[in-house]
Amino acid sequence: MRRAWPPLALLAAMVGMWELIVRAVHVPDYLFPAPSAVASSLADDSGLLGPATLVTAREIVLGYLFAVAVALLVAVLLHFSAVLRRALLPVLVLSQTVPTVLLAPILAILLGYGIEPKLVVVAVVCFFPIVVNAVDGLRSADPELVRMMRTLHGGRLAIFRRVELPGALPAIFSGARVAATYAAVGAVFGEWAGSSAGLGFVILQAQPALETARIFAAVLILSVLALCLYALVTLAERVLVPWQPEAHHA
Amino acid sequence: MLQPIVETPVAPLGGSDVGVDAGGVARVLGGKRVLDGVDLHVPARGRVGIVGRSGAGKSTLLSLVAGLDEPDAGTVSVGGETSPAGRLARCALMPQRDCLLPWRSALDNAALALENAGLPRSEARRRAAPLFARLGLAGSEELRPAKLSGGMRQRVAFLRTLLADKPVLLLDEPFGALDAITRAELQEWLADALAAEPRTVLLVTHDVEEALLLSDRVLVLAAGRIVAELDVDVARNAPRREVVTNPAFLELRERALEAIG
Repeated sequence: MRRAWPPLALLAAMVGMWELIVRAVHVPDYLFPAPSAVASSLADDSGLLGPATLVTAREIVLGYLFAVAVALLVAVLLHFSAVLRRALLPVLVLSQTVPTVLLAPILAILLGYGIEPKLVVVAVVCFFPIVVNAVDGLRSADPELVRMMRTLHGGRLAIFRRVELPGALPAIFSGARVAATYAAVGAVFGEWAGSSAGLGFVILQAQPALETARIFAAVLILSVLALCLYALVTLAERVLVPWQPEAHHA
Repeated sequence: MLQPIVETPVAPLGGSDVGVDAGGVARVLGGKRVLDGVDLHVPARGRVGIVGRSGAGKSTLLSLVAGLDEPDAGTVSVGGETSPAGRLARCALMPQRDCLLPWRSALDNAALALENAGLPRSEARRRAAPLFARLGLAGSEELRPAKLSGGMRQRVAFLRTLLADKPVLLLDEPFGALDAITRAELQEWLADALAAEPRTVLLVTHDVEEALLLSDRVLVLAAGRIVAELDVDVARNAPRREVVTNPAFLELRERALEAIG
């Protein structure tokens, strides 16, 4: 817990400076609200922000789980088939060059205005870091461990289950942690392309009304949601990779 | 003395009368002739040691015998089987590094080959457990490799190799990474374990003393060829310190060192 103090102290100092500067220079709230204004928006608009948070949190979590499932499945397929790896991996890289901002409206047209296109956008954003890290992790198994397994009745499946997969878990979790920070952004893009609920929708509505404090409040909640997802993934890693000697837990 | 160790064979292959034969074996790796016409015979339940400098081709020879690699010339057969799969089915390899899986407990590591052979985990553990106590590992069943000392890790690795229940054991520098004292302890431990559970053993080491203590015959490998063959006809049931200072033992040691060059 002691490691949490320096960043917290820095954040508190920055928020304090922000409040002081906004008050000293008399910046109007609709241009740049002070932290106190954001805080009162959080309280006053809770009737609006509360349900919106639930909608977006659902999109983030379900979309993320969808991404993890598909990414792991694809990674295993790519791992077992060299042909597929040669064919699909460049296409996956290419697909990453398509901006998500443009993808979201197309998905809205295809899938409608329900939760589905949001899940797909979140999944598309989160998928790539997980699949790339998983494929690398699976392929980087120690060849000496594989040789050892082959002389100990170890078939292809046993080598995968007992050597390659557990060995790839730290790499899979690195990808999963990076992806966790993308999920919230994906949900907002999805909502911007067409929605009637969620934090992205709240931001979209607040903009023409110059409710800048509410926009900041919504962004703050999005950050907290992303942090919670990140923390959950880190926790899962500690449970599932207990042999890792005090890893890179940030 | 230890009692026989493996209760029921998992995959009995060719019984226990499996020897190893190699004739005119050559292997070129990276443009270099690592092995250049090696002849080798290990009788069933015999123990042959191979000594030589680093890079003399010792580990390559073990890979060829194990069926993990194929020679460019010559033949390798294990119990009459020359196909790589047939050799692989008859040999268990204990690699230079212990190669324990860091995500498995010591007992689960030892039971690895049994699980690979299709036994459920609980049954594999049940079969491996009694050996832990007998081979001086009691109390460390649930520890992960990171918590074990180098000597313990090597014991677990050997136990894992033994539990594969193959007729031929290939030991590649089994104690190379250990300090001198632990090494001496484990050499005696290994001699006892092999006396209780006779197997056909091919032991590769750069330590001449280790080879002479653990083998019936020692071959010296230099520049990819066998340059000397020594029969170890020294009584080794005396305490180690007496054995290694015995004039006959010292003479064998001198001859081996001279051949290594």
